[in-house]
Amino acid sequence: MIFAFDTFKPHTFVDAFRFMADNPALMWQKTVEHLQISGAAMGIALLIAIPLGVWLGHIHRGSFISINISNIGRALPSLAVIAIGLGIFGIGKTNVVFALVVLAFPLMLTNAYVAVDNIDPDVIESARGMGMRPHQILLRIELPLALPLIFAGIKTAAVFVVATATLGGIVGGGGLGDIIVNQASYFLRGVVAASIAVAALSFAANFAFALLQRAVTPRALRKGLRSIEPDVSTGVVEAATA
Amino acid sequence: MSFEFGLLAASPPVIPNYGGPPGGSHGCIARNGTFCWDWVKGHWGDVLQPRLLEHLELTVIAVGIGFAIAFSAALLAHRRRWFETPFGAFSAFLYTIPSLALFQLLVPFTGLTVVTIEIGLVGYTLLILFRNILEGLRCVPGDVLEAAQGMGLTGRQILLRIELPLALPAISAGVRIAVVTTISLATVAAYITPLGLGQPIFYGLATDFTTEFVATAALAIALAIVADGVLVLTQRMLTPWARARRRTA
Repeated sequence: MIFAFDTFKPHTFVDAFRFMADNPALMWQKTVEHLQISGAAMGIALLIAIPLGVWLGHIHRGSFISINISNIGRALPSLAVIAIGLGIFGIGKTNVVFALVVLAFPLMLTNAYVAVDNIDPDVIESARGMGMRPHQILLRIELPLALPLIFAGIKTAAVFVVATATLGGIVGGGGLGDIIVNQASYFLRGVVAASIAVAALSFAANFAFALLQRAVTPRALRKGLRSIEPDVSTGVVEAATA
Repeated sequence: MSFEFGLLAASPPVIPNYGGPPGGSHGCIARNGTFCWDWVKGHWGDVLQPRLLEHLELTVIAVGIGFAIAFSAALLAHRRRWFETPFGAFSAFLYTIPSLALFQLLVPFTGLTVVTIEIGLVGYTLLILFRNILEGLRCVPGDVLEAAQGMGLTGRQILLRIELPLALPAISAGVRIAVVTTISLATVAAYITPLGLGQPIFYGLATDFTTEFVATAALAIALAIVADGVLVLTQRMLTPWARARRRTA
């Protein structure tokens, strides 16, 4: 064995916070990297999945693929996708971002599709009766009504992406995973410190998207949004919380 | 960039997997391209298949133990409401720890063993299973329970004949998520102990032999998708009424 494992003591958690205080530059650099990787992946996945899902829901087509893709997406082992990304793109951030996009895409697509597809047909009909054109119906009726579910998917994906970006450390992708896979240099306290940072980032990502959701939701639809509580698990354990 | 997987040093230091079948064409192995079919054929028996079975074993044990714990906890929480919060918080806490870190944190207690892996994997199944089982039990309509009580069923009979069958769709949905999640996390667990499909992935990464980690990763993905499919079919067989209801609806 090349590196001996650190012994775990009750004060390892205290030491973890001391580690953060003692290495602010390192923590900051890795956190920024982590955010860049996760942000890039989220951005790309958002740009593809949301328009596609909303459009498919709007024309009520492709239900089989849109719904089942999230089952397959959820089944994909993250490390395996990252390994295949590495095989295609080689070492670096690209393969991690690619893998995260592949993993985040289905979560967003399915929710966006279901959100728009399931809107009460009566509402659409009355909009049509009022003389609204299809694109007006899409932008002014369907999209605002679909926002809660669309954002549920985005928030789930964000938490998942931030957590999974940690695996990037294994393939030289940078981010907080670099610290977690390098116990030899940073010891268990460093590993714990980086883990706390990852967990905090997941909560922050969830919270940030909750704020964004609030900002883009028309005032009349905001009722249920008063309590913006970051709940890491709501989306992950779908069946339980629906 | 160097890959320093100290743990993998426990495996032989040379590259034993880096070779093709005897008498086969080894061109693509030597080239070390993205994927070499010859290698996969040559090492199905000694690398891929044993690891696949190991992976399945790790998963089944973890989900089995996780289910036993989560099921007991959910039953308790169903009868005594106060228990939901502490166990829910505990399992949610476990769920937020990055897997790579959790396995490392357990090593000082249980060493570089399969026990470490299983504890970690079980920990991640708890939240999923607990929530789904509890939600399933709670979804049983009140008038159904009242009718059962009116028919004179005891608490135990109500649980076995009414609540559990009606909770089955939610429970099996939970098992399905738990299984695919565990298959995914078990690949990461090989970072600690060279077991399961994660082992050739980490080994391929450490030796920079692309086919090994790409092929194993593809196998892991196939395993997850097949397992998911099998569970869907099982779920349908176990709950025929759910389909019938959907058809009439």
